[in-house]
Amino acid sequence: MGNVRRLIIGSAVAAIMAIGILPLAGQAYRAPRLPDGKPDLNGIWQVINEANYDIEGHVARPALALRPGPHGPVPAAQVLALGAVGAVPPGLGVVEGGPIPYKPEALAIKRQNQKDWLEKDPEIKCYLPGVPRATYMPYPFQILESAKALTIVYEYDGAVRNIYLKSPGPAPADSWMGQSVGHWEGDTLVVDVTDMNDRTWFDRAGDFHSDKLHVVERYTRTSPEVISYEATIEDPEVFTRPWKMSMPLYRRQEKNAQLLDFKCVEFVEELLYGPYRKHPLTK
Amino acid sequence: MRNRFVLTMALALSLASFPVLAQVAKTAPTSALPRTPDGHPDLQGTYDLATMTPFERLPGDPPVLTKEQAAALQKAEADRRARGRTPLDPNRAPLPVGGDKTQGKSFFEILEKAGGGAVGGYDRLWLNQGTEYMVVDGQIRTSIVIDPPDGHVPPPNAASRQRARGGRGLPTSDTGESADVSAAPRGQFDDPEERPLSERCLLGFGSTSGPPALPDYFYNDLHQIVQTPDSIMILTEMVHDARIVRMNAQHLPPTIRRWMGDSVGHWDGDTLVIDTTNFTDKTRFRGSTENLHVVERLKRLDAKTLLYRFTVEDPNTWDRPWTGEMTWPMTTQPIYEYACHEGNYALGDVMRGARHQEAEEAAGKTKK
Repeated sequence: MGNVRRLIIGSAVAAIMAIGILPLAGQAYRAPRLPDGKPDLNGIWQVINEANYDIEGHVARPALALRPGPHGPVPAAQVLALGAVGAVPPGLGVVEGGPIPYKPEALAIKRQNQKDWLEKDPEIKCYLPGVPRATYMPYPFQILESAKALTIVYEYDGAVRNIYLKSPGPAPADSWMGQSVGHWEGDTLVVDVTDMNDRTWFDRAGDFHSDKLHVVERYTRTSPEVISYEATIEDPEVFTRPWKMSMPLYRRQEKNAQLLDFKCVEFVEELLYGPYRKHPLTK
Repeated sequence: MRNRFVLTMALALSLASFPVLAQVAKTAPTSALPRTPDGHPDLQGTYDLATMTPFERLPGDPPVLTKEQAAALQKAEADRRARGRTPLDPNRAPLPVGGDKTQGKSFFEILEKAGGGAVGGYDRLWLNQGTEYMVVDGQIRTSIVIDPPDGHVPPPNAASRQRARGGRGLPTSDTGESADVSAAPRGQFDDPEERPLSERCLLGFGSTSGPPALPDYFYNDLHQIVQTPDSIMILTEMVHDARIVRMNAQHLPPTIRRWMGDSVGHWDGDTLVIDTTNFTDKTRFRGSTENLHVVERLKRLDAKTLLYRFTVEDPNTWDRPWTGEMTWPMTTQPIYEYACHEGNYALGDVMRGARHQEAEEAAGKTKK
């Protein structure tokens, strides 16, 4: 019976994933609990998708930075040496219900961002990723959940979010990772993220927001190895209506899975400060 | 191998006996301590490590202050803070040429002058230092270092001195964030890699992240502990550095190094013991090498206080292990985002300033 049910659910999950929609929260599967009865989200999780390249559905392209060639776009000179390593893998996208509902003037900014990707993407300078981008960066993150506290630690840039379980009131200032306040709706952790600045992006394709961004995340365990993740994005300055992205988060399976250091700050010093060395390196 | 054994023995002995401060910490009845559902002491909370007790004992200080001595020193510091908060007189005389090079009188004043150079550093508004001496076992302590009993880190050994002679002093993880420009060794502004790790936003200054996690004596001394059965996180406010202690786990292989080392933990009764190795060769706590080994012991004394004891060894740097001890008082202050790199205008300005100065010197515009 159990096997049959797993098989049916497995097939359903496979079928649903194949068409790019996630299963509804918390049906059929009952997550392990903490002693206080809350679903246990502890563990090391990571997406397997191409959302960080471009949250919208896209075909593969030669590079993130392009320039016109005689027969169509080719990699820009700055990234040419990377060859296939610098190419953009294709993805079905994580945005639900069609294209991101940009206001016309905002869509123009997104397109310009994409053209100016090398200069403007905050990831290139190793800046904190913001929410929801932190979730689908191609690095693992760890959820630490106890009866008293909930923290998410991201390997990328050592970004950290304290998910307040009781609202501390309005944040005194905007920040890169924003202020997160969580509560449980049934078996779903709902996190309200506010007070973010306007300097993070959604991906490497120039998708952006203003400091009016408001994100509501939903984390629901749907199997021993999967959390269903949804983020509703609201930003009246940039979008005509709220929109949603969704994706599965997978548990890292390695027996010794753990976060390591990705302090990329060190890796961008040559980019940011190289020209100011006493003896700049030759180009 | 043999060396390792000798060191381990020395470490065990040093943990077992503290000649001057050999009392057992007084703790609340163990049954009264908050516990997590798995039965271990609940160490969770946010802690403010700011204290007036210096890391190493100041010259002339006794190991322990009387209440009267501590009260007088605390009042003097409070008065100095109050003076620092009064508005400046717009008609005050300018600083002497070259800045104010008078010696600071108190520990904090000396530090502030060192941090700001002769022309001054942080305004009082920015500083959030400890206002009281730390009390452990009823003793008002004058140093965090308790072994050696003189309250001083052992002198660097021959190997360490040899390294120091190898070139300009390399930045260490406990270096302050702004060295006095006029006192800086030649070459310290040539490359970003020559600047202190804190100025590069790689780790906080003063070994705030550790291990060992220490007060930095300026600001942002908060740490948060989140505890689960398998992982215990110690978040350092400065540079949002989260160290995740993996419980009952094996260390990483020696090829994988980490800025704050690789921390594994276990419970020794009601004490959390954290063993940290696998440091990078850039971490350099007080000049240490990648062979740095730190053992930390965290224990709950009462509902509001943890006792933090650490032993540090590195045979390439010191001839003997040494130990420090301090309380971690709980605080209700929130931890805010410390986005250091994102707002790091200073490092670029430091580098550009040095190039500008060199260009001026080359053009003979300024006196050498």
